[in-house]
Amino acid sequence: MRNWWKILAIILLVYTVVAGFLIEVPKQVILYESIRNLYFHVPMWFSMIFLFLLSVIYSIKNLSSGSIEEDNKAVELVNVGIIFGVLGTLTGSLWAKFTWGAWWTNDVKLNGSAITMLVYFAYIILRGSLEEEEKRARISAVYNIFAFVLLIVFIGILPRMTDSLHPGNGGNPGFNNYDLDNNMKMVFYPAVLAWILLGMWIYSLRLRMRRIKSKLIK
Amino acid sequence: MPLLSLVIFSSFIVEYEVKVKHTVQLGKGSAYEYSIVSICITFALNSARMVSAILELLKKDLVSEFRFKISLNSIFLYVVATIFIVYLIFNQLEDLKSWVALYWIILVFASLNASMNSFRLESGRQFFYYYGLVKAAPLILSKLIFNSLLILVIAFLSFGLLSLLIGNPIENIALFLLILALGSIGLASILTLIAAIASKTSQNSSLTAILAFPILLPTLLISIKGSMLCGLGFGWEECQTYIYSLGLIYLIILALSLILFPYLWRS
Repeated sequence: MRNWWKILAIILLVYTVVAGFLIEVPKQVILYESIRNLYFHVPMWFSMIFLFLLSVIYSIKNLSSGSIEEDNKAVELVNVGIIFGVLGTLTGSLWAKFTWGAWWTNDVKLNGSAITMLVYFAYIILRGSLEEEEKRARISAVYNIFAFVLLIVFIGILPRMTDSLHPGNGGNPGFNNYDLDNNMKMVFYPAVLAWILLGMWIYSLRLRMRRIKSKLIK
Repeated sequence: MPLLSLVIFSSFIVEYEVKVKHTVQLGKGSAYEYSIVSICITFALNSARMVSAILELLKKDLVSEFRFKISLNSIFLYVVATIFIVYLIFNQLEDLKSWVALYWIILVFASLNASMNSFRLESGRQFFYYYGLVKAAPLILSKLIFNSLLILVIAFLSFGLLSLLIGNPIENIALFLLILALGSIGLASILTLIAAIASKTSQNSSLTAILAFPILLPTLLISIKGSMLCGLGFGWEECQTYIYSLGLIYLIILALSLILFPYLWRS
């Protein structure tokens, strides 16, 4: 059973969707039923950060070993991470329209996510402008590490300096204080795992495609 | 300076460890070689060598910039022309927020222009010549110092010019200048590593901007928030968080540049 985690991913995703839409949720003013978006919006960001973190680890490995294989892994993880980032932005935007009344607000976390996207689009552009394989691997690895560390600093420092509409910032109560009751936890944690596993699955498929492509070119 | 020496010290400790390991592996080390005294002597020699290498590289950069004045002059002309346009539009600017925003926008673009070509002489054909001559650490440190000095000069120059032409609504000028200095050193150090990355590609100039802007934002936003507070007349108490976080970011950038640049240099 090498692929047990894929089966687990399917089961958990089905559970997330079915239970996420059916299980009882706490009634909150303004939020109402849109609170169910918690199972989709928040795990997207968790998965994205997880994938980018893995990508940075592969970039470090690439710098120490210089193998192209690590670089392939890093870039595919970034690609999948960008997909999750876009999905997180879309679900967040939808949620913001229903609760805050606008598709996009001038919120620290929103700006942080926009900057994250910009950094990784820049990473993709940087890769596009380098042709030699080993050089591309090394230089983009350097950029990946540099950008990720500063991004973490940005995400870590800035929200503490300004207010945010998000729960847990600027005087708003956090979800884990009292909003996230046991019913919701029962769906939320499996949902996080499910989306991360799905991300890893897409990543492994993309990695295999990339390997086959490079073999065909050779 | 103490900061710099600390960084140099730690990098040499690491280097020495590697050397010791290497000699042990080859089996030609003796007990004497690893005594503390020898470590101290090696460290002193190495750091002296390092400092002299940095100074030499800095001198080379300064001399070549002053000999071919085009790039320096074009940067200063850029700053003066931009500020003159701002003056023609505003004449007198009382609003603090617009003033600070204008100032930092001018500074960011000017420093981008200034540092864009900082690895111009080290790329292309001359690269192999330099590669044989200098190590990575002194090179990146000398570039960092050079760019920081240049951008500091630009920052103070544009502050003076802006104050002269459109007025100066800043209340706490001393603290503003401190934040200015820290912020521009931070900008300079980020831009230096990004310029090193971009110099390895074919589209140098456009890529520097694309790569640098998202990464510059933390430093920039913190400096802007800090300078807004100074402009309103707040003192050290209110601004210290911003100053400490600027210092922290600067340390992180410095460490990352020292760790990552050797990999760029090798390729």
